[in-house]
Amino acid sequence: MSVTATIVERPPPQARGWPRSRLIGYALVGVWFAFGLGIVAYLVFAWNAEFFAKYAPAYLKGLGVTLSLVAISMVLGAVLSIPVAYGRMSKNHFLSGLAYCYVYFFRGTPLLVQTFLVYYGLGSFRPELQTVGLWWFFREAFYCGVFAFALNTAAYQAEILRGAIESVPRGQWEGAASLGLHKLQTLRKIILPQALIVALRPYGNELILMIKASAIVAIITVYDLMGQAKLAFANSFDIQAYIWVAVVYLVIVEILRHAVEWIERRITIHLHR
Amino acid sequence: MRIALRIALAASAALLTLGVAQAQEKTLRIGTEGAYPPFNNLTADGQLVGFDIDIAKALCDEMKVKCTFVAQDWDGIIPALQAGKFDAIVASMSITPERAEKVDFTHKYYNTPSALAAPKDTTLKGVTKEDLAGKTVGVATTTTHFNYASKTYTDSTIKGYPSSPEEQADLANGRLDAIQDDIVVLSQWLDTPDGACCKILGTPSPQPVEIFGPGAGIAIRKGETDLVNQFNAAIGAIRANGKYKEINDKYFKFDVYGGES
Repeated sequence: MSVTATIVERPPPQARGWPRSRLIGYALVGVWFAFGLGIVAYLVFAWNAEFFAKYAPAYLKGLGVTLSLVAISMVLGAVLSIPVAYGRMSKNHFLSGLAYCYVYFFRGTPLLVQTFLVYYGLGSFRPELQTVGLWWFFREAFYCGVFAFALNTAAYQAEILRGAIESVPRGQWEGAASLGLHKLQTLRKIILPQALIVALRPYGNELILMIKASAIVAIITVYDLMGQAKLAFANSFDIQAYIWVAVVYLVIVEILRHAVEWIERRITIHLHR
Repeated sequence: MRIALRIALAASAALLTLGVAQAQEKTLRIGTEGAYPPFNNLTADGQLVGFDIDIAKALCDEMKVKCTFVAQDWDGIIPALQAGKFDAIVASMSITPERAEKVDFTHKYYNTPSALAAPKDTTLKGVTKEDLAGKTVGVATTTTHFNYASKTYTDSTIKGYPSSPEEQADLANGRLDAIQDDIVVLSQWLDTPDGACCKILGTPSPQPVEIFGPGAGIAIRKGETDLVNQFNAAIGAIRANGKYKEINDKYFKFDVYGGES
């Protein structure tokens, strides 16, 4: 009986002392750390109670506008993304072509351009919009923002949904078919529960991207968080106006990141060993 | 050793001559917006033109310095000056106390009143707070017009725009009942096909100096008093030698300088 020695690849032992890579690593981390400390120090030194008292309520109001804008757009976009994702996966050339063009346009052009086209572009068709009775909707900057954002995020969400559904192995569909489940049942009970685990992270990313992109509506006269910051800056010429708004966005994104992580831990409990 | 010394000497001599050359051909960088016709505007091929630009060129000739122009968005124009992206702002900037805390100003180089424009078929009768109650007024943010509108028209909805063309487009689109801006800027726009929808509604009166300031001045970084004095002298010179009137008449049918202050 011969014994075959199995070779196990191990990571190399930790280097001792101060090799160059370790020095560079510490130096880089040090630079970032100093940078962060600098911002904190600036905020402490530039702390202006008067500025805070004067503009904090406006920022809160702006925060409300930003959150509701993103929430409404995300939900509408999710609803709209279902037919688009269906079209993308369809074997019908007409449907899949149509869905492809939709996604291609909204992912291929900047959200800023789309928002401008909706607000100023559609705005110049007022007589036509009035005859079809839609002017009340496009008159309001907030609705225009929601409209542009929902169309945009629908394109991204459709791709997330499609990718997630296609990531579930074909065998799952075939197995369900052999058990006599029809397609919709299969999708709802077998495919989606697996697909949505895959989709959770991209959905979280899309939400974070939307929160940040929503600052765009400030230029179509919606007083969201960024709009309020611009106003505060216009009245004070104090650069703090923008630093604080960056801090608020940072906090929102951090909360969302942790929320997504928490949800993921919950829904993948059955996968942990 | 000797060679090193020679090189050092040669280098310092070169540096010196370079320094002298630079002092002679001092270049002043002028920041302006480029979205405020007829005062400053970017043409289709990217050239800056307008009253502000011509005045700045005349002032530079008077001060015997070379000037280059930088176009900068209005919202960031003061921070850009402070950050040293350019040395002076010639962009129809009204001299106000808030701004004077951040920058130094020259004397005014023109002063025109603020006015409101409205669609031709408007039901508005005037420009008082009561007239505009419940109406929507569009104004470019970070302007004296915006400060006046948000302090005066407290019963109206004030919508803030990044610059004048956007507020004008939205008035033409019918989202606004009125817009407030400089009367010259408004008149210029009303003369174009895009402005055919609308007319001047009136000029608010009185126009408080604590909001509108004494007029438009040139903004300089705090503490650069020499440059302020040079500009002031140059403004006086072009006022006296007829150059100002020449530029004034090229753009306007009336005197934009306003009264002596």
